[in-house]
Amino acid sequence: MMLEVRHVDAGYGATTILNDVSLTVDEGEVVTIVGANGAGKTTTLRTISSLIKPTSGSVLFDGEDISRKGADEIVEMGITMIPEGRQLFPDMTVRENLMMGAFKKSARAHQADTLEEVLDLFPRVHERLDQNANSLSGGEQQMVAIARGLMARPRLLMFDEPSLGLAPIIVTQVFEVIDKIVATGATVLIVEQNVFHTLKAADRGYVLENGAIVMADKADALLDNEHVRKAYLGI
Amino acid sequence: MEVFLQVLVNGLMLGGLFAIIGIGLTLIFGIVKVINFAHGEFLMVGMYAAFLLTTALDVHPYTTAIAVIPLLFVFGMLTQRFLIQPLMNARDDHIQIFVTVGLSTALINLALLVFGAEFATTPPSGLRTALEIGPVRVLVGQLVVFGAATLLVVGLTLYLNNTQFGRAIRAVAQNRAAARLMGINVNWVYIVTFGLGAACVGLAASLIAPLYPTSQTIGTYFVLIAFVVVVLGGMGSITGAFLGAMVIGLIDSFSAYYIGSDLREVAVFTVFLLILILRPQGLFGGRQTLSHVS
Repeated sequence: MMLEVRHVDAGYGATTILNDVSLTVDEGEVVTIVGANGAGKTTTLRTISSLIKPTSGSVLFDGEDISRKGADEIVEMGITMIPEGRQLFPDMTVRENLMMGAFKKSARAHQADTLEEVLDLFPRVHERLDQNANSLSGGEQQMVAIARGLMARPRLLMFDEPSLGLAPIIVTQVFEVIDKIVATGATVLIVEQNVFHTLKAADRGYVLENGAIVMADKADALLDNEHVRKAYLGI
Repeated sequence: MEVFLQVLVNGLMLGGLFAIIGIGLTLIFGIVKVINFAHGEFLMVGMYAAFLLTTALDVHPYTTAIAVIPLLFVFGMLTQRFLIQPLMNARDDHIQIFVTVGLSTALINLALLVFGAEFATTPPSGLRTALEIGPVRVLVGQLVVFGAATLLVVGLTLYLNNTQFGRAIRAVAQNRAAARLMGINVNWVYIVTFGLGAACVGLAASLIAPLYPTSQTIGTYFVLIAFVVVVLGGMGSITGAFLGAMVIGLIDSFSAYYIGSDLREVAVFTVFLLILILRPQGLFGGRQTLSHVS
């Protein structure tokens, strides 16, 4: 098992958000976490990234407990999170943003090759390479954020709400890109409000409610599930 | 006309002095977002070190930079790691101010204990000799300070824009959370940046020691001006700090000559207050990051 979250409790200060969360992601799998706002989806990703530490339980990557490691070590080990809301470096050029994506030691050596591969996926980003990131539109910024994540050559790529706040036409483009990344055989853990599309692209899914996993199944089974259809698909 | 030129050159030389002290301060402020009230005392420590090394080893004061720069670099790193970092996530950011103020007071009193109240005079080694360049006279040492300040601005700008770690430093300043997601060890970046800021003042110390007698309070005088320079430069801009230093140097020099030398500080701080009221983002800045160093 590549990633294993075992009975994790986590939160911010005295506020516990995650309650006994367990999930797994195997090599080559696309896994999604479905849930309402505030259910703890982002907190789960942040815990895996070690931006917050679990108060109990553990996170294993390739069988090794990584829950006490620093956020930079997690990235070095091969887990990259593309955060909600783009989070680019606003006063750096697009090129510099992408270079920062390859900051970790194991990616730095391949920086030029990776850049070429990544830009093939994002022709629009290619045109904007020497512009400041803050001069880009929201959709372009999201593309740069995804491209920057790929620059790390991650073994596990985590998306946090990649379509949030984007115009519908841009959302379609973002999903096209994600589908392309999935098609390369990448291992992906994705949190996304657009449940229908994500479940279509995913192999498996977890349903998170009030900080606890209430359901875990194959993605197509979840698509057919009565509760999921009512609560998250509005059907 | 000759007087005017001389006063102009005096102002620029003074600006070079303020710049070389202010650059480190602006680097620390722009990246770590900590106002280092002990910056002047870092200078004082560096100047005492330069004094001791010059007299003990009987070398040229500039030679001491080889030791004083690394000394201050390590001193800055330790300050960040053991005094600032434990408080980085404190609920109240202002607590860091009190720590640096405390450090400043401690260093002043430590210096008083070790060196007594007398001035420590580093041998001038020919650096207080005046050069005649056309109609104006400049001290050799002043010219070196000005040149060093200019090189420091150019060097730091190139470093921050063209090296992987330099870019990481800017990345941390622009978005700390995203920098962590890139695998950047943010705490380490802060430690190195604080070290670099202190190292700048280490260079300043070796260059200034032969020009001014060292005392416990030498830092207090210079750092007040350095703060003005940092604010004028737009809080965290290196080129801004350099230009701000020139402006202050010129105001100081012109007011001293044309208004009266007693009133030079009044002039400097009056202009400073006016600029704060009319242009609170600083003369040369607006953005709060070191992003616009290019």
